[in-house]
Order: sequence, then C-alpha cells, then structure tokens
Amino acid sequence: MTATARETVLRRVRDALALSDHPEVEVPRAYRTGRSLPDEERLALFTDRLVDYRARVHTGPSDRTAALIAEVLQEHGAQRVGVPTGLDPAWLTAFDGEVLTDSPDIPAPALDALDGVVTSSAVSCAETGTIFLDGGAADQGRRALTLVPDLHVCVVDLSSVEAGVPEAVARLRPTRPLTLISGPSATSDIELERVEGVHGPRTLEVVIRTDA
Amino acid sequence: MSRPTGPPTNGTFLGMPAVPPRSPYGTGHLRGTRKFPEAARDELGNEQLRRNLGRATRTIRGKRLDATGELPDWERLRDAGAAIKSDTMNRLPELLEQLERKVTEHGGTVHWARDGVEANEIVARLVKDTGSDEVLKVKSMATQEIGLNEHLESEGITAYETDLAELIVQLAGDQPSHILVPAIHRNRDEIREIFLREIPGVDPGLDTVPAHLAAAARAYLREKFMTARVAVSGANFGIAETGTLSVVESEGNGRMCLTLPETLITVMGIEKVLPRFADLEVFLQLLPRSSTGERMNPYTSMWTGVTPGDGPQDFHLVLLDNGRTAALADRVGREALNCIRCSACLNVCPVYERTGGHAYGSVYPGPIGAVLTPQLAGMHGTDHDPNSSLPYASSLCGACFDACPVKIDIPSLLVELRHQHTEESGTTAEALAMKAAAAVMKRPKLFTAAQRTAGLGRVLAGRSGTFSRLPAPFSGWSDSRDTPAPPAQSFRSWLASAEGAATMRAAAAEGARHPDDDAPEGS
Repeated sequence: MTATARETVLRRVRDALALSDHPEVEVPRAYRTGRSLPDEERLALFTDRLVDYRARVHTGPSDRTAALIAEVLQEHGAQRVGVPTGLDPAWLTAFDGEVLTDSPDIPAPALDALDGVVTSSAVSCAETGTIFLDGGAADQGRRALTLVPDLHVCVVDLSSVEAGVPEAVARLRPTRPLTLISGPSATSDIELERVEGVHGPRTLEVVIRTDA
Repeated sequence: MSRPTGPPTNGTFLGMPAVPPRSPYGTGHLRGTRKFPEAARDELGNEQLRRNLGRATRTIRGKRLDATGELPDWERLRDAGAAIKSDTMNRLPELLEQLERKVTEHGGTVHWARDGVEANEIVARLVKDTGSDEVLKVKSMATQEIGLNEHLESEGITAYETDLAELIVQLAGDQPSHILVPAIHRNRDEIREIFLREIPGVDPGLDTVPAHLAAAARAYLREKFMTARVAVSGANFGIAETGTLSVVESEGNGRMCLTLPETLITVMGIEKVLPRFADLEVFLQLLPRSSTGERMNPYTSMWTGVTPGDGPQDFHLVLLDNGRTAALADRVGREALNCIRCSACLNVCPVYERTGGHAYGSVYPGPIGAVLTPQLAGMHGTDHDPNSSLPYASSLCGACFDACPVKIDIPSLLVELRHQHTEESGTTAEALAMKAAAAVMKRPKLFTAAQRTAGLGRVLAGRSGTFSRLPAPFSGWSDSRDTPAPPAQSFRSWLASAEGAATMRAAAAEGARHPDDDAPEGS
C-alpha cells in the first residue's frame, strides 16, 4: 500500500529531525507577566491607546451606561441597532430607535441594513488598546454582528481591562471564536497612508464603565 | 522531557532517514525566470519604484523602532519567541498530530499536502464539493507560494483577493513585491487607473485620495462578502494545545472571509504551529510591532474547528510541506522556518530598498526570502537556477538580524547557503580568478609587475573611474558590482618614489615630536 500524504509528511518531519542536530531548547520567559496597575492608570493608558487608534472613548459609572450609549447612537443618527441575545436590556432603555436582537438565522445582508451594533466585551489590554470579543458569550454575540454594521458601540468594564498582552491572553477561553479589535478597520496599503475603514466597521465607540 | 535524537523507533519508521524533497521544480511561485543581478539591474532603473520603496521603508522603519522601543522587555520577548519557535521545530511531529487531533475534535477536517500541487488539488476538490465556482481569499503567503489562484482558475474556479493590496495586484495582473504591503510599488495614480479599468461599475469620477480608493474597494467587495459560500485563508498561528487557528489583519476582509461563508479552507505551512495557547502572549506582541510598527494590528481572529450558529459550519485545514521538511533537515538552514512573516527584514535591507521585491523572483523577497526560497525550492533545478543567485543578494550588513523578532541569523544563513552553493557548483570563474591572484601574490616580483600592468586599467576605465562590466572570466564578479579602476601608482612604487620617501620622513619627524602620546600609562 502506498503511504498517505499524512504518513509521508510525518515521516519526512521525523527524518529531518533525525538528520540534523536539534539540541533541546529551554524557553526563557523573562518578559513581563502578571502585571497590575491601579484603576486610574489602567484607564488612562487604555484611553490613550484607543484614541491613538482613532476610536472614541466615553467614560462613566455604570448608572450612566444607558445614557452614554443613547448619546453616541444619536450623534451618529442611528435609527436601527442590533444587539446580541444576552445584552443587558437596561443598556438600551435611553435609546428611542429600533432595537433588533440578533439570531443565527438573520442573514448577513440583513445586518448590513443596521445603522450600528451595541455589544459588551470580554477582556481588554490597556497597553495596546485592544478589546477582546468572545463570540461564545451571549452579550457579545456571533462574529458577524460586530463586523457587518458600520458603527460598533462596545461597552468595556474597567475591571476587565488588563495592563498588558500576557495578562489579557490569560483571561481568554481559547476554544471560543475570538476577535481582537484595536480601533476601527484600517489599511495602509496605498502609499503607506493610514485610512480608517475598509471592510470592518469604520467607527468604533468605546463606553468604559469605571465602576464595573 | 527526553526526546529521541536518533531515528524514531515507532511503527511509522521505515528504514534509514532520507533527506526530504524540496518543493517540486517548475511549480508554484518560489522561483523567478532570471538571476537576481540581472532582474535587479532592470528594477534599479525604475526611479518611481525606488522613490516609493525608499519612502515606505523609511516610514515603517521609524514606526517599528518607536513601537519596539516602547517595550522595556522587547529583547526578552525576542529571546522567548526564538526559543518557542526552535522548540516547536524540535517537537514538530507530536505538535502536528496534536493540532490535527484538536481540530478534528472540534468538528474540522485536516488534510495533509506533500507539496503545492497536492495542496492545490485538495483545495480545488473541496471547493467543487460545495458546488461553488468562486472563492474569496484572505491574503496568504502560503497560497501565493503554491500558486493556488492560478490552479483554481485552470479548474474553472474564480478566486477573489480581498486584501486591498492583493486586490490591486490581482486586478493589475501584477506580482506582489512585499510580504506585508504587496502593492507598495504602486502609487495612488496607478491604483486609481487600475480601479477605473478593472472594477465594474466604479465611479468614473474617482480621484486619487487613498480613503476614496479604499471606499471603492469596499463597495466592490461588499456584495461578494455577503453572498460568497467559500473562503480560503492562510494562518499566522495554529495552536497544537487547543486546535485554535489565527489570522492577523487590519482591514476586516479577513474577518469577513473567516465568518460569513459556509465553508472555510485554511492552508497552513507545517512550521506555523505553536505549542500552547499562552504562547500567543509572545507572538501577539512581536508580530504587529515588527511588521507594521503598531502596538497591535486592528483585527485578529481566532477560531477552533466549527462553532454552531457562528461562522462557517464546514472547516478544512490543509497542512502544507512543500519543501519545509527539506529545510528542517538542514542543521543551519532550518532556522529560516522560524520566520513569522513580519517583513521587518525587508524594510531594513539596503538591497531590498533599492531593488524591490520582484527582483527576487519568489513570493518571499528580501533577506528572509533569500534564505527561505532556496531552502524550500533548492538552488539547482537547472545549471542556471535563478535561486542560486539569491544567497548573494545581500551586503551581509546584519540589519536584518537586528530587526528579526525571532532572532533569525539571516547573514550567517546566507553565508552557509553561499558555501553550499559553491561546494555543489564546483569550479567557477571567480574561484579560478582567486586562485590565480593567490599564485601571483605569493611571488613579490610577479606581484609588482602585475600592479604595474593594472595601472593601464585606468585608461580603459575612462572618466567615471569605474568598470561596470569586466570581460570574461571576470564578468561573474562585475555582474553585480562596479569595479573601481586601479590607482595610477601602486603603494610600493609610491613608497619608492621621492614623494613617498619625503612623506615617510615627515611622518617620522612628527612622531618624534610627540613621543608615545597615545601609549598607555607606564608603558
């Protein structure tokens, strides 16, 4: 019987290793991990990074969440917004437009007709201005929901903001569909000039809840 | 954990280890049609290319230095990244099997491809099984390497590139010239013309503002994203521990392709595996800061098999060898497999900056391409294999080594490949010339006579004072270098002259006035 491609490739890998020295490697992990920063410093660093990525930031205690979200949506003239199934309904009580709750049956072109989307988030990284969305969490929803509409209003609890990448990665659930967002969609493909917005949302508004 | 260093003794071992084959000759895009010096000479004549590239590489170099300088532990991250990659290569068999197991457990299907031809066939078959005759593409070096788009076309399947730069290159019928920004050789006027000519229904009043050009691409691809049933991607990382795959990007075209279609096919080189999910903490810091000089790229997607109700419900992972095991078998050259395709080495390379990517003839240009390409595809497909010129496409200045986030010692690899090439290719004109020079230098009288004769060369060099072409057998040397004309007088004849003698006397007198000025205390 002739060998399958799988057997052949694995045999080649083993042969290659047998033919060349490959001393055992100890991985040095002396880089920064396990950092913590006081709330004010994390907030300041995260905000600075988000703004640098041309995201807009709105900060307030949790009893202001609904008002901040409504203000942002109104500012963009959003009439119809989508939300994931598990989003706290209290967050949209101040918004007077139409709210559509997502479901896997809604086809992508229907999402394209939304003016925006409001979601929660799982984890963030202050040092890089990155928000991690967990597609398996009911308050963040499937990946298409935060991708197709042109405006994404993302709510971040300050307690979920970590100082650096290692601290943030440690809080992820690996087998969930994960999307890391650092600012709005961008390209530098034309003469290396940064342009916001190609295929993903062209506007990212971040609402940070300072007491949550 | 102990690891066997000899041949493995399990059931899959069938006799003595054999050197794995390179990527098959004449397939894919790992070889140009002309040797580097010849192709480079033409590219050097393209002033616009040099202007574009000069500006782009300068900008990105500056950004990268800012972004890496911001992290006090940058060097420690590089050390960790290099070690994780070397450890990965050591454990590749078990990690690949683990990755396969995990992807399968989560509802994906894993395919193995010995080379690009086989990978192309697998992808074409999978696309046909869906009944679709078109696919969306996420920018991917692996699929570029194997020439997937061309193969799909021959099978009646249309592939649409969705990354803005790849789209520009595809619409123009062009080749990518940079790993990260493949259309960097084009300026905005050209891009506008390409769009006006190639995008159906584009606004004829389209101007050259980059934001407007990007918007035109957005409008063009939007409908495709909403209706496509199949997408093909590469992968930046494949995590053995969890079966998680990851794509790092900026525009959102990747997210579109990875989530909206029903079927997703990912082609991944076997070297892209990482042992643990936590290893991403290192590479998510190294990659964006090295490649675009950003703290983080705008979007990173991670997925594991299929997720009911979210994203493609049919996921296929194609694991590609195509010469990677041949590189792995080379004690020195295997280090090139650690490359994470950030392109930092391109942007610091004085040779790349002047010639651009096309001169290298491979989808992997620049310093890493000059070592990776011969490793994957070999240097001796024919007597005049263009790949044999790649290890010489470098000044060995070492800037690429300094820039590499996983510390690949590219200059040493280039020297090793030059050595291998010389060993295999036997006697060359250059080697003969060096031998003749050595013989002359061993005999002082002959050397003096040769120097006198060389003075005549000045007359032949003309007013520029350089030779750009020497006659055979020296043409091998002059193909890629200008040769200065010999001085009017050799040092020996100058020293013997009245002027030389006077200068030496003056220098001796100067030394006598300042005895031991530079000598250390107490000497």
